[in-house]
Amino acid sequence: MTGSKAQTIAMIGSGGAGVMTAAEILLRVAARAGYFGLMTKSFGPQIRGGEAAAFVTLSTSPVEIQGDRIDLLFAIDWNNAERFAGELNIASDALVISGLPGTNPPAIVTDHRPALVEINLKSLTRTHKGTRPNMVALGTVAGALGLPKDVVMELVDERLASKGEATMSQGRTAIGLGYIEAEGLDSMPLAPSEGAAPRWIISGNQAAGYGAMRGGVRFAAAYPITPATEILEWLAPRLQKAGGLLVQAEDELASINMIIGGSFGGAAVLTATSGPGLALMSESIGLAVAAEIPLLVIDVMRGGPSTGIPTKSEQSDLNIAVYGLHGDAPHVVTAPNSIADCLFTAQWSTHLAESMQVPVIMLSDQSFGQALGVVERPAELAFATRRLVVEAPAENYQRYAVTASGVSPMAIPGTPGGQYTADGLEHNETGIPSSGVEDHNRQLEKRLTKVTNFDYGDHWAQIEGDGPAAIITWGSTTGPVRQAMRRIDPHGERLRLISLRLISPAQPECLARALAGCERIMVVEQSQMAQFFGHLKAQFDLPSHADLYARPGPQPFRADEIAAKLEDWLS
Amino acid sequence: MSTESACPLTARDYKSELKPVWCPGCGDFSVLMAITKAMADVGRRPEEIAVISGIGCSSRVPAYTNCYGFHGVHGRALPLATGLKLSRPDLLVIAAGGDGDGYSIGGNHFLHACRRNVDLTYIVMDNQVYGMTKGQPSPTTPPEWDSALVPGGTGLRPFHPLVIALAAGANFVARSFSGDPANTAQMIVEAIRHPGFSLLEILSPCVTFRPEERDWAKQVHPAAVDETSDRARAARRVLTDDGFNTGILFRGDRAPYQPSVNLEVVSSVDFETEFQP
Repeated sequence: MTGSKAQTIAMIGSGGAGVMTAAEILLRVAARAGYFGLMTKSFGPQIRGGEAAAFVTLSTSPVEIQGDRIDLLFAIDWNNAERFAGELNIASDALVISGLPGTNPPAIVTDHRPALVEINLKSLTRTHKGTRPNMVALGTVAGALGLPKDVVMELVDERLASKGEATMSQGRTAIGLGYIEAEGLDSMPLAPSEGAAPRWIISGNQAAGYGAMRGGVRFAAAYPITPATEILEWLAPRLQKAGGLLVQAEDELASINMIIGGSFGGAAVLTATSGPGLALMSESIGLAVAAEIPLLVIDVMRGGPSTGIPTKSEQSDLNIAVYGLHGDAPHVVTAPNSIADCLFTAQWSTHLAESMQVPVIMLSDQSFGQALGVVERPAELAFATRRLVVEAPAENYQRYAVTASGVSPMAIPGTPGGQYTADGLEHNETGIPSSGVEDHNRQLEKRLTKVTNFDYGDHWAQIEGDGPAAIITWGSTTGPVRQAMRRIDPHGERLRLISLRLISPAQPECLARALAGCERIMVVEQSQMAQFFGHLKAQFDLPSHADLYARPGPQPFRADEIAAKLEDWLS
Repeated sequence: MSTESACPLTARDYKSELKPVWCPGCGDFSVLMAITKAMADVGRRPEEIAVISGIGCSSRVPAYTNCYGFHGVHGRALPLATGLKLSRPDLLVIAAGGDGDGYSIGGNHFLHACRRNVDLTYIVMDNQVYGMTKGQPSPTTPPEWDSALVPGGTGLRPFHPLVIALAAGANFVARSFSGDPANTAQMIVEAIRHPGFSLLEILSPCVTFRPEERDWAKQVHPAAVDETSDRARAARRVLTDDGFNTGILFRGDRAPYQPSVNLEVVSSVDFETEFQP
């Protein structure tokens, strides 16, 4: 049996129609059948109701971004479907199924002249009492893609188990009806999968939470904010299970200070937020720099400025994360480059914070955070270094003693003889406030040294290919760039990918080595003001031939968009 | 978990060598004395105590004790203390500061600390003025008080910390006067011993920017009535008193918020199975 290596499916319907549930089951079915996949969601601003769209890309190879075009669209209804105008990019050979005969698809769909089929969900579900339209739609889509029916049944059973045998049976009936409907369609099967190595199905927000826990985080405090809340809701019960605690604070000013308190007490800590929350926290992140308190702040970026676009992604918090603290305040800014890498980068960031006694801001974003990916099981990692603490302080213990590494042993409350007052005021080595020139210089130097001299190893960037033209990017733009490069340069001979995981402190020597033999670079990022490019120009030595492709969100990058830019650039 | 020491500690054992930045005659000297005396009376060792503050004259207090301390940013003493106490319930955590720090910039945290009722003692040295920035009106300053920043006075009704604390859920509410350190020390001991969030408002004159506050010594008087566990009664009393009643006003019986924690990373956590498709 032949088939497509990848298919992108959209399921849309009014809020409450169950498209998210159906799409998530579809993704799980595909994962169990050995495929990779990615699911993203699009909602209207309504809390309940409104229109919802789920996008699922399934493939025989790893999927980092949604496919360029939609191959199969199932609309349970067309209410307000125009709202997804920018997202319903229908392939000309797409199959469009309307679940509500008699209603017309909007022009954004018909303009592409796809094959249009109607399935009367209302009459089917009326005839078969208790069946739900979204489950019929799921059966139809799974059938059209050639996914194994028994796996769909198995998942539906699992999902409905708590609701009793009658509901499970209705679920199975609905799936069966969908499979029968699919028989009448032009099938569009996926190519056989290459078997199932251990895979995970995980969102970027879950991965970030789990990574931080693997890194040892046991105390968190946070204030709800889209699109970071899922990290908190994932962590709360699991921290509890691990002996830790998540506190919902009254605001972000409180959450950052609560974790500073927890970290001062010896715990590895985090908070998670988005742009507006990060702005509120900035003053106290500076306190953590001055008082040398390790902590992890995860910023799941969204469209800005101000309230901006809470449910869509953008890479526009780089400046505030790197440059947003008052005073000379050396700290660390990291960024994951895939959903799975949210796990690694969160774990690594915790390790960096604890090792250097410094705040680390990890810049994830909505496109990672709220997407569900089928990924290779991430490797188990353990970073040995923990916080340098003093068990038995000497007579004249100095909390901020100047050391070669810049890191000084920290006394944890409860340790006899280690008493000191952590302070946001400039201080001497003992911690006593001082406005003297020498103390200021020595402490500034110490705090800068510890982050600039730290050995970040190979983790500072992800480097692929060794062509003479390099694409420098970061975060969620990495996936689309990688995909585009595979298309136009499958053997990695013309292009080179450098995706920075360590945004700050800058590693100009590392980048210079990574750029050896490169004649020119192109920077790709999702920020109108090209914040990343500005940062690179200020902190790194770039080849004189440096080009830029930058644009704002909320539209995610697609591989074809970047491939076209790169073709243009290379020619 | 208090560690009894063979040789009882005295107030001096809780005092650091550091010389306070306060003006001569500042009420906060006596409060510091009362705090260290109370610590000795409570009997926890200095390393088991943490004193947490924000910014302002009185917020300099942590470094003047021989305990662990944190002198954080303006207005955030309470969340910092909350995070420390929740993650380290074994410690005795005291937050301290002034009226501007606690009731203005930190006002929201004050409300929620009362509500949350974590086992903390919050000592507010209220001098009804911003001293460190040299004389601006605070939320407790009388409306007619003239200053360079607000000529002619704020015209605003002063904030009433005690009744707000009662309404927000504080479990212990008291007022004392810095000029009576023995009594203040006793009230700090009571506040520490009482479970949950305890507010001790200490009238502590600023002799530099509010010299008229020297007269407080003549105005304060012990409350004529005994403490109560009736929140409504306490609120009525404090709303109708002259602002100079001292003593324990309210002692409640709310259970403190203290989820069990064990922050030692004993084994790696494994949530892998939930990610299997």
